Amino acid sequence: MSVTAVFAALGDDVRLRLIQKLVASGPSPMGRLAEGERVTRQAIAKHLGVLGRAGLAVVRRKGREQIWTIEPARLREAEQYLEQISSQWDLAIERLRTFVEEPPEA
Amino acid sequence: MTTTDQIRKVTTIRAPQAKVWSALSVPENFGYWFGSRIEGSFTPGERLKMTIEPTKVDAEVAKEQEAYKGIEFDAWVEDVTPQSRFAFRWQPYALDEGIDPADAPCTLVEFLLEPVADGTQLTIIESGFDNIPLDRRARAFANNERGWGMQIELLTKYAEALV
Repeated sequence: MSVTAVFAALGDDVRLRLIQKLVASGPSPMGRLAEGERVTRQAIAKHLGVLGRAGLAVVRRKGREQIWTIEPARLREAEQYLEQISSQWDLAIERLRTFVEEPPEA
Repeated sequence: MTTTDQIRKVTTIRAPQAKVWSALSVPENFGYWFGSRIEGSFTPGERLKMTIEPTKVDAEVAKEQEAYKGIEFDAWVEDVTPQSRFAFRWQPYALDEGIDPADAPCTLVEFLLEPVADGTQLTIIESGFDNIPLDRRARAFANNERGWGMQIELLTKYAEALV
């Protein structure tokens, strides 16, 4: 599973809200996740499918219902955000260094 | 303090403290290496307007920053303690349209200087990430703003090359 799929899955407003709902409410039937969304149930099913394929959520069936649950391990990977910022600071430090340090003796 | 709340960088710079302080505390100098045009003065309480402008110290990085040229963001100066501490607040993520940056959660960025035998020890601490909701962090990842989008592209290329 590529990490790209996780980023792509998170890069959408509806899917971000679905994730938030799953985090806030725990395992939820698809019908409840669709509540308050302005897109069709089919669209919600599609978005959940994207989250599922990215490994961000898992589904199991309970009778005729689909129950969705968040997959915290994948979500934690999204928190690599901090690492991204961290590497931005590393680059910034190198630019500062170039700016203030004397060039090394030839 | 949790590990997800802050980033801390410690490094030694081979230059006198006064020179490093000048690179941090003079807006033109800060903008020169950081890669932004800065409107406003570095005095506590001041709201700064920063505009991404490719850095002049590294041609490679400048080329990458070119795509983000002109993106504006705000920062608020918290502390200017001569020679030792410069701190500001900002938002390390993209804001929704119509949101006043003054109302959105910030992180605190601190630059701390200390003289050491071979130059100046610089500590950079960015803290307060736990105040930023997870969806904002994810969004910062996905948006082509503030440079993080570029990282995604690089990562995508890297991941694709691995397949």
